[in-house]
Amino acid sequence: MVRTIASIPLAVHEHLMIQKRRIQNGNSKTRLSLVTGTHGDELEGQYLAYMVGSFIDEHIEQFDGILDIYPALNPMGIDSIMRGIPMFDLDMNRVFPGTKDGTTVEVICSSIIDDIAGSDVCVDVHSSNIFLKEIPQIRVSVPTAETLMPYAKMLNVDFVWVHESATVLESTLAHTLNSRGTKTLVVEMGVGMRITKEYCRQLFDGILNLMKELGMWKGETAAVREPVLSIGREVGFVNSDEAGIFVPCADFGDNVKRGDHIGDVLDPLTSQVVEKVQAVCDGMIFTLREYPVVYGGSLLARILQPKKEGE
Amino acid sequence: MKKKTLFSLSSPYREQLEVIGYRFGSGRKALAIVGAMRGNEVQQMYVCSRMVQALKKLESEGKIAEDCEIMVIPCINYYSMNIGKRFWAMDNTDINRMFPGYNLGETTQRIADGVFSQLQGYEYGIQLASFYQRGIFLPHVKLMDTGFTDADIMKDFGLQFGIIRKPRPYDTTTLNYNWQVWETKAFSVYANATDEIDVQAADEAVNAILRFMNTRGIVSAQTPPGYVTLILNESNTEQIQSESAGIFFRQAQIGKTVERGEVLGRIYDPFDGELVSEVRTPVSGTVYFAYNSPLINAKTVCFKIIK
Repeated sequence: MVRTIASIPLAVHEHLMIQKRRIQNGNSKTRLSLVTGTHGDELEGQYLAYMVGSFIDEHIEQFDGILDIYPALNPMGIDSIMRGIPMFDLDMNRVFPGTKDGTTVEVICSSIIDDIAGSDVCVDVHSSNIFLKEIPQIRVSVPTAETLMPYAKMLNVDFVWVHESATVLESTLAHTLNSRGTKTLVVEMGVGMRITKEYCRQLFDGILNLMKELGMWKGETAAVREPVLSIGREVGFVNSDEAGIFVPCADFGDNVKRGDHIGDVLDPLTSQVVEKVQAVCDGMIFTLREYPVVYGGSLLARILQPKKEGE
Repeated sequence: MKKKTLFSLSSPYREQLEVIGYRFGSGRKALAIVGAMRGNEVQQMYVCSRMVQALKKLESEGKIAEDCEIMVIPCINYYSMNIGKRFWAMDNTDINRMFPGYNLGETTQRIADGVFSQLQGYEYGIQLASFYQRGIFLPHVKLMDTGFTDADIMKDFGLQFGIIRKPRPYDTTTLNYNWQVWETKAFSVYANATDEIDVQAADEAVNAILRFMNTRGIVSAQTPPGYVTLILNESNTEQIQSESAGIFFRQAQIGKTVERGEVLGRIYDPFDGELVSEVRTPVSGTVYFAYNSPLINAKTVCFKIIK
């Protein structure tokens, strides 16, 4: 059943509608919310939403609970290939929890939170941006890590990044829901404006496993991988110092040593290598730049360092 | 006047970005003024250019106080201005959401860091600000309430209103907020327009800043008399939302005193021209913000009233 959870009349003969699809079967009231499309340039979740919804449709007899799928929190952004909401300055994921008497976007955000709150678990799927590619990972803040880690491990991701909390992140969907008691996990995977089928398949297996653990899914599940945890490890950031075209020579998931050559920044006008890019630490590359044009400061890679000895 | 490049950044395809600062007087860092951080903040850049003119004149007349240095940065993000974008040309990030910046971070973090390192240590800071909602403001001064800056100082601008804003999480990465964390008494001056020049509002902003500098003993300048500023919390203003969508005609101008129940705007069906709704104020007061686009969605904040 498709439900509209927010509908705002737009200036000319149209409504901005936030919709969800509810799949419900059996007696259980356990509710999982699968949320995506907050950023209009992140599309991995679109395919995942389809995969999960169509699979449960086909095997509804083995499903016991409530699955709410919200494929597009920012439908206008997706439609117009914009990360943000068209004609609105702030990142939608910095406006939660919203308010009923604020701007259009604040009103929408408020309705979204009201609707998702109360789910047993919420999975908020993002896909980096157009510049960076990410291995399937879950990001949780330090204060929520203890509660969320058991669920993160169910989701078949490669990596769980426990990061420090920041005041600016208090206005995200995940922070808002977690602070209201709805366990919410943020997935980052793939790259903006593209669909990576293998990653969607991987997370699909994870979602099914999560539903099994929640008692919502009675059918078979695939074995899930044990994610690498960032706890006790540092993340090294490789940023460009020069402007030009970044051409990597290392790959995603590679284990590198500090000082290893991982790419070059080139100047197409002078045909010079303007920067030889090196790994800043030992470890695994879990983020790699996808969009070649760079300025000084452009993020090129993130490297997860090994655990320090004795830890 | 000394003109100096405060920060520069190479581009793969364009001339190097240079953030230029104009310094007047010498000695202790008294005041820094920052203009356009977004590519459409033309009014904000224009007000700064007018301040450069005014300060040049005051300096030549010996009217800048001894042991006082003033710096004006008219524009940080002209890369976006030259291509008609509001945010950073490459990745669409907002420099004013990157403070205090990070010199080893991403590009706009590096720009914020490079500029912020030059802005620290000033006793006062003024940012010519624009707003994230579309519309025009009555010229006013705003203070992000961090507990550091005395709100009464806003009275020295002599603008009609001084508004105290309680910071939201997304405000904590703005220049104004971080300036105060680094112990600069920081204010945002809103000069009505953003992507077009409103000369009258610019005059008012320039006079307000000169009045502030005069009162604070930074310059000796003659300015027209200002208002007795009313200081109030932003939460005490009334936001009025549109009930419907369509073509919007504003009836009330900013600055107008309105009575409860008065019609401030009308919304018409864009196809058949029928009146769809009237926007009425639920309170009496002064209009200090008005939405100013011809098309309006429902639930749009179209007026703000100071009660």
